[in-house]
Amino acid sequence: MSKQTLIPVGPYHPLQEEPELFKLYCDGEIVKDVKWETGYNHRGIEKLAEKKSYDEVFFLVERICGICSTSHPFAFANSVEEIVGVEITNRAKYIRTIIGELERIHSHLLWVGLAGHFLGYNTVFMWAWKYREPVLDLFEMITGNRNSYAMFKVGGVRRDIENQKIPAIEGVLSLVKKKTDLLVGAIMDDPVIHARTKGVGVLTRQDILDFAAVGPTARASGVDIDVRRDDPYAAYPLVNWKVITAEAGDVFAKAEVRLLEMYESISIIEQCLSGLKKEKEGDVDVKVKHIPEGYGTGRTEAPRGEVFHFVVSDGSNSPARHKIRAPSYTNIATFKKSCVGQSISDATISLAAVDPCYCCTERLAVAIDRQSGHRIMNAKEIISHSASITDKLLQHE
Amino acid sequence: MGFKSYCFKKSLWLFHFGGASCNNCDIEILDCLTPRYDLERFGMLLVGSIRHADVLLVNGSINKKDKPRLLEIYEQAPKPVLVVAIGACGCTGGIFAEGNTFAGPVDKIIPVDVYIPGCPPKPEAILAGIVKLLGKN
Ligand code: SF4
Repeated sequence: MSKQTLIPVGPYHPLQEEPELFKLYCDGEIVKDVKWETGYNHRGIEKLAEKKSYDEVFFLVERICGICSTSHPFAFANSVEEIVGVEITNRAKYIRTIIGELERIHSHLLWVGLAGHFLGYNTVFMWAWKYREPVLDLFEMITGNRNSYAMFKVGGVRRDIENQKIPAIEGVLSLVKKKTDLLVGAIMDDPVIHARTKGVGVLTRQDILDFAAVGPTARASGVDIDVRRDDPYAAYPLVNWKVITAEAGDVFAKAEVRLLEMYESISIIEQCLSGLKKEKEGDVDVKVKHIPEGYGTGRTEAPRGEVFHFVVSDGSNSPARHKIRAPSYTNIATFKKSCVGQSISDATISLAAVDPCYCCTERLAVAIDRQSGHRIMNAKEIISHSASITDKLLQHE
Repeated sequence: MGFKSYCFKKSLWLFHFGGASCNNCDIEILDCLTPRYDLERFGMLLVGSIRHADVLLVNGSINKKDKPRLLEIYEQAPKPVLVVAIGACGCTGGIFAEGNTFAGPVDKIIPVDVYIPGCPPKPEAILAGIVKLLGKN
């Protein structure tokens, strides 16, 4: 029997900006198994949310993940608004959509850059991040901050996008479009990128269904799902756009889906901007005085896939229970399929291809006592613990 | 010129430790390397191992699992080493300070030379902080 070598990647690895530990079990160059260890990033957000008022929770969920710092408040707003049963104004819907799509553009650009970096193609990294800057400037102009925008609240948004700012936004969008053309040209026609990404890290349609993967990862394997279309929210039903899919399921297809999605995002934003011109300025906020008892769910399509929030309200000022599921949670499990059998150098790009975001995915890690080897809490106990909490909540109702 | 300022006279190499963060500070640090800010023109480089580094950048709140690892990394660093705490989380624990896994803030675990507040601090602020660090020594 051949001997397997363990190659650890992380937890503080220069390639990953987040702390996370991958263990690659290799036989020579070939990866035989992948294990993943979490807990370096656990901050106890669901528990913290129970201590904060509804208004404060927005700032907290924004800080689940810096890159999708709109998707989480978006899903939280959707779920609380379901409890209250309030319909927000059209202007607020457009603004929410604009922020969400701008975020998708900057997140996809960020991914393209990082993917280039993982391939050892640093030119792509520098270019993509350079062209991401105008989008961040736009955010700074609209919301006052480059990341973590603090735009959302129950019943609407905190700041209006004044009509006089619209031409400037359109100007930046046309610039971004030009630069996207350039990136698409550079990536789609590059023989080196083709050689490194085609047929690498393939996920079949069945794999996607088995792992319940979501977002661009699923769409690149021909699974046509998108919450924006399947469970419409905000202004998505009011504008024309299409869901981008590809069939191959390899890293190249994932890049293709993301790049083409950026064009869709630009077109959605342009339509929203012309929608904004028709609505009355300043009409962005419906006053919500009280959150009644009940529960609500909110789904949004983050750049990486479906974000799901579940909020239970007991009529008080803060959520009684707040459950979050981020897309990377299911996407990361596909590593077991995409990396096994690859060479080590291809494993890194396969890991990066799903655009994993570990700070969203962070879960309680199972604790093992070093001396006795005793599991302080195993998976079964965690599940029964979680079931007992749910029971308690249901009784409460 | 003392020994410490002699050590930090020329190109500083940086090592980035991302604790339990929201990722934004991490990204803004990476952003400092990209064409608009271009940290490398000051001779600064993000390196892969703490054993090569002169400066330890720490961001994010430190949770119970991170704490022993941060201590270990600090011990492995060749001395003298400068420590920069980045972001509200690095400085105080920020919004996560009340969390049940919080074990920080950074300055309770290792000595900190410079604090760069902000959530996240802009790349300009990070650059300004590091340049101030140069002036301090
Ligand atoms: S300081 Fe703010 S941006 Fe930085 S890691 Fe903490 S929450 Fe995120």
